[in-house]
Amino acid sequence: MWSFFHKLGSPPWLYKISGSILRWLLPITLVALAVGLTWGLLFTAPDFRQGNSYRIIYIHVPAAVVALAGYYIMAIAGAVSLIWKMKMADVAMKACAPIGAAFTFVALLTGAIWGKPTWGAWWVWDARITSMLVLLFLYLGVVALYEAFDNKEAASKACAVLSLVGMVNIPIIYKSVDWWYSLHQPASIKLTGGSTIDSSMLYPLFWMIASFYALFACAMMLNMRVEILQREARTGWVKRLALGGASRGAKS
Amino acid sequence: MHPVRKQRLIIVLFVVLFSSAAIGLIVYGLSGNINLFFPPVEIAAGKAPVGQSIRVGGMVVEGSIKRSTESLKISFELTDYQATVPVVYEGILPDLFDEGQGAVAAGRLNEEGVLMATEVLAKHDENYMPPEVAEALEASAAMGKGPGQ
Repeated sequence: MWSFFHKLGSPPWLYKISGSILRWLLPITLVALAVGLTWGLLFTAPDFRQGNSYRIIYIHVPAAVVALAGYYIMAIAGAVSLIWKMKMADVAMKACAPIGAAFTFVALLTGAIWGKPTWGAWWVWDARITSMLVLLFLYLGVVALYEAFDNKEAASKACAVLSLVGMVNIPIIYKSVDWWYSLHQPASIKLTGGSTIDSSMLYPLFWMIASFYALFACAMMLNMRVEILQREARTGWVKRLALGGASRGAKS
Repeated sequence: MHPVRKQRLIIVLFVVLFSSAAIGLIVYGLSGNINLFFPPVEIAAGKAPVGQSIRVGGMVVEGSIKRSTESLKISFELTDYQATVPVVYEGILPDLFDEGQGAVAAGRLNEEGVLMATEVLAKHDENYMPPEVAEALEASAAMGKGPGQ
């Protein structure tokens, strides 16, 4: 177990393993997304009250779920880089921030598009939507803070602290619809007890959530690989890779 | 674990715990302001300010919607099954606004306790089902078997 942890800290190993994972995970993810979207958008029944507009759930909910989970990944990577000074954890934290921001933005945008026909307003300052906006700013804050430092180590430390402090927002977002009177409806998928969404609509939703997690993993690895190459540009293994890349690139 | 790392781990846990506690207390202190709307029971208890812009949320009482024939004026009642608030509104309503459904109305309370609304939003609930399932549920409820959920 510890040897795996140590291997994770090695840039060449991480670069190699992520490359071989991406080779099969990326195509599977794209196919899964296409299947899930076709299933959700074309082959499920319309909702009894909202009609077809509810179908945005197949993008909105997965994007929001992954945006929340991604924040924990970023914060945990930040904690690891603070405590163990592990370079690759810092790379993971930095790679996570723009991806998380993108997923949060998608969730907010699809929510606004759905809100107009359903609620009658693009934007309402209710607890769920506002706390989600705070999440977007936290992600963007980590991106901006990282770039604000010339010293990589100081940047890493400051961003790790910011992401750890921001972690408190995640349970607030999750429970906001139960704690306060909000316009956003409470969760339809319940961990305990029956879900209040029909199973014929729930299965494609689960499928899409799984696909979005896979998409997040792919985006993370792609982002981390670029960051690793940039940081290790002067090392022997990257030079060898760059020189030998032409012949190997042609093969794959 | 290396003592230096252990110390850093403790600092990290400290930061997380204390910042969570601080933000938790702030949110708890503000919780009255975070609510998007007042339920009718709080209006009846006089907790909502009169003459200021507020939001009231609840279910639209069955049979309470009265539409004007020559304008977009509409009046209805919002309830939380403990109290009701009459609402007057003139304008376009969202598609999902209906009797027996949730709605949030923004506006000012006048002296008679009527909300003069400037905006009405439909509140969607967490139930999603195909029309056939909804019909089957309604039919079984009508036959006295009780709703499925």
